[in-house]
Amino acid sequence: MSNFETVIGLEVHVELKTKTKAFCGCANQFGAEPNTNTCPICLGHPGVLPILNHEAVDYAIKAALALNCDVSRETKFDRKNYFYPDNPKAYQISQFDQPIGRNGFIEIEVDGKKKKIGVHRLHLEEDAGKLSHLEDGSGSLVDFNRVGTPLIEIVSEADMRNPQEAYAYLEKLKAIMQYIDVSDVKMEEGSLRCDANISIRPFGQTSFGTKTELKNLNSFAFVEKGLAYEERRQERVLLSGSEVVQETRRYNDATKTTTVMRGKEGSNDYRYFPEPDIIKLKIDQEWIDRIKAEIPELPDSRQKRYVDELGLPEYDAMVLTQTKTMSDFFQEAVAQGADAKLVSNWLMGEVSAYLNSNYKTIDQVPMTAEGLAKLVKLIEKGTISSKIAKKVFKDLIEKGGDPEEIVKAKGLIQISDAGALNELILPILEANKQSMIDYKNGKDRALGFLVGQVMKQSRGKANPKMVNKIILDEINKL
Amino acid sequence: MPLFEEGLVSLSQKLHNKEIKASDLVDEAFARIGEVDGDVQAFLTLNEEAAREQAKALDETGAGDAILAGMPIGIKDNMVTKGLRTTCASHILENYDPLYDATVVEKVNAQKAITIGKLNMDEFAMGSSTETSFFKKAKNPWDLDRVPGGSSGGSAAAVAAGEVLFALGTDTGGSIRQPSAFCGVVGMKPTYGRVSRYGLVAFASSLDQAGPITRTVEDNAYLLQAIAGLDRHDSTSADVAVPNYAAALTGDIKGLRVAVPKEYLGEGIDESVKGTIRAAIKQLESLGAVIDEVSLPHSKYAVPAYYIIASSEASANLARFDGVRYGVRAETDDLIEMYKKSRSEGFGDEVKRRIMLGTFALSSGYYDAYYKKAQQVRTLIKQDFEKVFADHDLIVGPTTPTTAFKIGENIDDPLTMYANDLLTIPVNLAGVPAISLPCGLADGLPVGLQMIGRPFGEETLYRAAHAYEQSTGFTLTPAKGAMNK
Repeated sequence: MSNFETVIGLEVHVELKTKTKAFCGCANQFGAEPNTNTCPICLGHPGVLPILNHEAVDYAIKAALALNCDVSRETKFDRKNYFYPDNPKAYQISQFDQPIGRNGFIEIEVDGKKKKIGVHRLHLEEDAGKLSHLEDGSGSLVDFNRVGTPLIEIVSEADMRNPQEAYAYLEKLKAIMQYIDVSDVKMEEGSLRCDANISIRPFGQTSFGTKTELKNLNSFAFVEKGLAYEERRQERVLLSGSEVVQETRRYNDATKTTTVMRGKEGSNDYRYFPEPDIIKLKIDQEWIDRIKAEIPELPDSRQKRYVDELGLPEYDAMVLTQTKTMSDFFQEAVAQGADAKLVSNWLMGEVSAYLNSNYKTIDQVPMTAEGLAKLVKLIEKGTISSKIAKKVFKDLIEKGGDPEEIVKAKGLIQISDAGALNELILPILEANKQSMIDYKNGKDRALGFLVGQVMKQSRGKANPKMVNKIILDEINKL
Repeated sequence: MPLFEEGLVSLSQKLHNKEIKASDLVDEAFARIGEVDGDVQAFLTLNEEAAREQAKALDETGAGDAILAGMPIGIKDNMVTKGLRTTCASHILENYDPLYDATVVEKVNAQKAITIGKLNMDEFAMGSSTETSFFKKAKNPWDLDRVPGGSSGGSAAAVAAGEVLFALGTDTGGSIRQPSAFCGVVGMKPTYGRVSRYGLVAFASSLDQAGPITRTVEDNAYLLQAIAGLDRHDSTSADVAVPNYAAALTGDIKGLRVAVPKEYLGEGIDESVKGTIRAAIKQLESLGAVIDEVSLPHSKYAVPAYYIIASSEASANLARFDGVRYGVRAETDDLIEMYKKSRSEGFGDEVKRRIMLGTFALSSGYYDAYYKKAQQVRTLIKQDFEKVFADHDLIVGPTTPTTAFKIGENIDDPLTMYANDLLTIPVNLAGVPAISLPCGLADGLPVGLQMIGRPFGEETLYRAAHAYEQSTGFTLTPAKGAMNK
């Protein structure tokens, strides 16, 4: 057990999926041909002026409210100055001392323990372009499609105490952004990006240790692994009698280690000052109320409701509410009259297994919530067995459609008619008298053998409960 | 008599009645340019072919009803013109052809005014003499050994020399009014927000404003009418209705309450300038204005506050000229070297001086002492004006402390050069409008009378300036200038 306490804070950038860019009319679109969504404004040509996209402000307010922030009534934009080829004006329009949101929190759960992580601030800014370097080293290319895309930067308090909490914070943050539908939050497309600050200190010490900043954290797993490496590294440094150096470090997943990117001296003086081209922005109560009304039920509230009203276990409720699409799917299936726990079992079991192995999300498969609800109801009614249901499910998730039709078309309806079952079972018992006697003499396994024979003969369609009952009745007659 | 001396209303009428053709006006412009611009050096780029074609088209179709139709106009070279080279008189933009028209250019184009060419200026509008132009030094048509003022020196000189009927300039700290004063023409710096800044290559965004430079007050009113108004491309442009400026030219200023700040006739102002201005104030009084002495106590801090704010904003505004996407690029193998070389070679000394000044003022640890303090001074200066305007309609004084100085006289002495703007800078810091108009000669050189108004009080300025102009008969004629010696 370590003698040190870890302290982690995260800076997350979330690209907003507004129709147009933050300060010009260009489309805000991922994956277009390079340099097609550009204009003199986002290219920083001489004489252009920014015009604030109010949809971006709406989204930022929505995110601030969903993260329990106080929304600033008066806010402004500032210029952050630095030279880089992906930054055409050589300044980024950002917010320095009057962010849109302040003093919020996100509730996380790790190992069944709930904890609030503070959100220090949330501000609106513009994204830079994208550089790619030619493999032969002969030059670099710039794609300005992304420049001017609205971003929110969400800075947490240094409230996390281990990498697992950082992971849970990111998961919850991503879920909330999805629920309020302001971003695609796809790390692989760069619409969610994370930098992490980490320091350690002896337990009981109140002041923070020297921190390092981690970059190149391209997935939540990298964040967790990078932080785990870094807390061990800092501990080794301290235990060897040295001191942690304040610096920016890059995570390398191939080696699962971090290496120095630049020291403190390399940090920029951004020379922030108020952006004179954009007038101060007043956000009145009416504006806040309008945005508040657009915020749907958030994951924490749904999770509580699934436990309290639908009787789901805490764990099921947490897993099902992690993404809005899954949670919506679940709610719709239950609304169709299917049993909540059975739907939950399917979603967390077969459905998730299928989605994970096919790298899909629930909204990317042909199966509808109505379809799954019908399947569950067919099982509940005894029309098909669980075993048959798995066959139906394969068709349903791959091709969609109506489970009842699939069952009919494939002749998979469970045989629950006593007469039909007798006709099926009696000849099998006749041929396996010895097994009936064995069961009677205490060999329990013999019953399983007999049931198995019947199920095999019926190609799984016989109602297993009734088969059991009929066989036992026959044995008892011996 | 040259056509341009007749003024806009008369020319427009004649064009409408087909007594003259648009081609006659354009011919006069290029003939005059051919005659004098070798000396005056007001133009950086001529738009001759397109201008003649446009005039010919108007001759055929008729000019239509817009008052500016067919009128030859010069555009300061820091206003972008689609496909027409726009350099800001800087080496770094020597090869730059803009992708769009500035809103003010779009507006004069919509009225079918004819762009004759792009006008010389101090590099990126930084200067008071047009000597910092990378390409050539414009001269004062009244005395070719003297500067035309700046930064809109080319605009004022071209109008004074009769090369165009009128011109557009920009004014960040006096850059319309000071050259207008030096060249004996009428220049208006409108209220901040009155005219769109979209397409003006930004120098100091919170101070820049475009405005007209003309031979008469009436022409000035019509040209401002054409370019003023809310623009959806500029969120700092004001949603305030544009009045009919020409209708304000009644000639009647009886009872107008005119304030004369004692600082504007105090230390640092040439005696000959003071004398001319005092006579002009007497003239206003004789027209029925009520004259009152007031104080603008914080105006002495205006120059230092201005150089911090303007340079700070400029340091960010000019950062985009990095050689990456457009403009001049120095070829090197290394990115940082490319930035350094392109900018070192591309900018002149005055521009570099201000970028360094602004960069320093915004640096961490200095921001509060410089930028923030300067903004506080700005608020005090604004309050000075508000106090005076509580019971006055107009502030009157000289535009400049001296008449046009000699070329080379101040260029190596930045502080003396900067002090030349001490009477114009407070107006930009306060965001209020001001006009400079000729009020006579001192030692053979024009003196500018500055009138400063309330925010969006351009009407009052035009009324007073027009009444003064009509009563004195001053429209200083370029034909009497030194060019014809």
